[in-house]
Amino acid sequence: MATDHVVGIDLGTTNSLVAFMQGDTPVVIPGEDGLNLLPSVVALDAKNQPVIGNAGRNSLIETPERAVYSIKRLMGRGMEDIQEELKFFPFRLAEDLQPGEVLRIKLGDKTFTPPEISALILRQLKRSAERFFGGPVTKAVITVPAYFNDAQRQATKDAGRIAGLEVLRLVNEPTAASLAYGLDQKQNGIVAVYDLGGGTFDISILKLHDGIFEVIATNGDTHLGGDDIDNLLITIALDDIRGDLGVDLRRNPEAVQAIRKAVIEAKIALSSQRSVKLDIELPGGKHYRREITLEQFEQLILPVIDRTVGPCKQAMKDARLQPEQIDEVVLVGGSTRIPKVHALVKDLFRREPHIDLNPDEVVALGAAVQANILAGGSEATQNMLLLDVTPLSLGIEVAGGVTDKIILRNSTIPASARQFYTTQVDGQANVAIHVLQGERELAKDCRSLARFDLKGIPPMAAGIPRVEVKFLIDANGILRVSAREQRSGKEAEIQVQPSYGLTDEQVEGMILDSFDNAEEDFRRRQVIEARNEAATILAALEKGKKSPAWGQLTTDEKKQIAKMEKALVAAKAEDHYQAIRKAIDALNQGTTRLAELMMDTAVSSALKGKNMDETDLGEGPTAPHPMAKAEFE
Amino acid sequence: MTAKSSLTAIAAKPLPEDTHSCWSCGSMRAAHFCESCGKVQPPVPVDYFTFFGLSPKLNLDVVALEKDFYDLSRRLHPDLNARAGSREQEWSLEQSSLLNDAYRTLRDPIKRTEYLLHLEGVALEEQSKNATEQARVTGEIKKQIVPPDLLEEVFELNMELEELRMNQKMGEDDPALIAEIGKQKLALEAKHDALFEELQTHWKAWDSLIDPSRQPNEELAGERTQVIGNIVDVLNRRNYIRNLVRDVNAALEN
Repeated sequence: MATDHVVGIDLGTTNSLVAFMQGDTPVVIPGEDGLNLLPSVVALDAKNQPVIGNAGRNSLIETPERAVYSIKRLMGRGMEDIQEELKFFPFRLAEDLQPGEVLRIKLGDKTFTPPEISALILRQLKRSAERFFGGPVTKAVITVPAYFNDAQRQATKDAGRIAGLEVLRLVNEPTAASLAYGLDQKQNGIVAVYDLGGGTFDISILKLHDGIFEVIATNGDTHLGGDDIDNLLITIALDDIRGDLGVDLRRNPEAVQAIRKAVIEAKIALSSQRSVKLDIELPGGKHYRREITLEQFEQLILPVIDRTVGPCKQAMKDARLQPEQIDEVVLVGGSTRIPKVHALVKDLFRREPHIDLNPDEVVALGAAVQANILAGGSEATQNMLLLDVTPLSLGIEVAGGVTDKIILRNSTIPASARQFYTTQVDGQANVAIHVLQGERELAKDCRSLARFDLKGIPPMAAGIPRVEVKFLIDANGILRVSAREQRSGKEAEIQVQPSYGLTDEQVEGMILDSFDNAEEDFRRRQVIEARNEAATILAALEKGKKSPAWGQLTTDEKKQIAKMEKALVAAKAEDHYQAIRKAIDALNQGTTRLAELMMDTAVSSALKGKNMDETDLGEGPTAPHPMAKAEFE
Repeated sequence: MTAKSSLTAIAAKPLPEDTHSCWSCGSMRAAHFCESCGKVQPPVPVDYFTFFGLSPKLNLDVVALEKDFYDLSRRLHPDLNARAGSREQEWSLEQSSLLNDAYRTLRDPIKRTEYLLHLEGVALEEQSKNATEQARVTGEIKKQIVPPDLLEEVFELNMELEELRMNQKMGEDDPALIAEIGKQKLALEAKHDALFEELQTHWKAWDSLIDPSRQPNEELAGERTQVIGNIVDVLNRRNYIRNLVRDVNAALEN
């Protein structure tokens, strides 16, 4: 097998990217369409086959009930968490969804969990990388918002597994961005990364020290981003339309998506111009037109972008730093292109923020750097090490429904804590533990991560057993728990019930295709692609045989071509893509003269005023022309 | 350099037999990682001071500690052991969580002091917000905990805070009262800072008792108990003031 490529993936709310380290430089791998950004849109086509990215985006407007976007907002969340999202996003939940169950989204008449939808996006990126490398890709670093909680992280890891990827590490997005920035500027100092993306906001403050990237504090909001700005504009348009035309389009997904597309374009335009004209064709042929000035836009979005201020101040407070002590501020995420956001950051940190690297790509590039470090490093990364923190405190529920914090937020990970438990009744064999994540005093206000049942405690009098429970947050920011009864030395058994997550068995059942055999899967796809190509060239040859050029070939040449044609037909029937490719190359080579002759014939027949038949020479002039030779600079 | 010195210190401690030589190359005495082949070693349960190869002294060179932390991170962090076998990856995870926990505790002067008390088997009095809240509800001042030298001030301040809360309830404003409370708060903060200096004198006393040249005997044990008692006293007073300042801030913010 070829070299083991570990790729870095930015699984974004709006767009996703895959990148890798090419020598000393991280580069984004383009998709099939040649574009770096893969829109995080998943749709089902008429045959219920998943369509991802730009192709899926068309479906958003044509068949919105078969498409979904911004799925990241639902990762690791339960039904009661998403009431707010349901007001603004056209997520169609499965009708039979039970409270406490992992969410299921309807696409057409099929249902998918958020990790499965994310997995389809990941698989698309995986395929782009495989096409690029010409070999299977099975390992990846995936980025997550720094402020993602345990459940959201776990859901992302599950998505990777479902897509057939071994997730070597989850890296926080702002931290990844700092790695990309730090690659060529290996200076020491304090850096703040302000990351406002499509759906999430993070602020991270890092200390750079001889290649060590130490996160000192992080904060954020996992439901704040460009989506919120879009929703404001959509609401205004819908209200306008209802007011003026008396039609409520809220229940018309096609119309809502058409409006959404138009306002996003307007939003982007307002990053470089003073005003923009909206013109949206509505069902029935009427047009909705309105002008939005930059001033109006900025006024409108202020409440949204102001929500980033609190987390920034809290992060500085946690880091015990004043704005003056921060050496550099870096902007990440598409929404930081909005001039008002730029101004807000400048004001907050009292310095001009950096935007040297493409804010849409920098996270993926950083993920590629981290992937390289994990794969053993290269000259560019050999001194680099990332020390990240847990964004939220970890606690357990104690008497009175109070949260007892055992690992505080901004602790460097991996981090651990030990708690001791005993029994209250003679012979008690089980102890229930409720694990929480969050900063609030009361358990009910924190995020419930899991309920653990400590089982199999040896029978002893009440208060005698001493069960040591160890909580460990790993380098991915994901919690692990182990327990041990100290008097008997017996490992107590732990039953985990993640509050909103898939069980191992569920993930196992969702794994896409036969990805457990990536090599085989890759090979099969290559065979299909090679056969398609073979069919194309064989068809072209058939056409060539009918052209006058065929007659100009020598008998020997014709014999040779026939032989190679036969070889390709034979190879095509077999399952070896290398053999097919070889036969294709041979035939290509062998028909070069035929192709040239065909070209000449076409040119001369054009000069003779004859029909060019189906030979396509494009639009350009085919005859000699009196113009001077073109100059290229 | 520092990483090496910590190794010798740890190796000098009696450790379980199997950690004396590297599990991988077998030849070296090894602690967190093997000096010969660099492989991460299985973690050994040690206290945080020992983890860094330090004696349990309270005056600590935080700059050197940070350097040790970075050096050890470069050896132990899971990212740098991502290609190792699953057993080594587990050790790396354990070792680096221990490293992070130890560094977090030792670099902070108060956490470090409290950790030493924990090692010495002393539990600090619970001066939680809840206890303060409860005392307020029952109208009792936590007499047994209020440091005697603060009794008078605390009594006065509590009266004023009571008045402030009353004013706030009635929607009245009394700038003079707020100014007075603010002044008291500043005085308390000054005391809070002064206590840190007092704490440092006890650190010095403690560190002198850690001197390896001192024979462990009853006299030494007695002296240590005395110093620990002083430290507990300072920390309790300091915590008390900290909670008081927190209450004042909460009242002023309302």
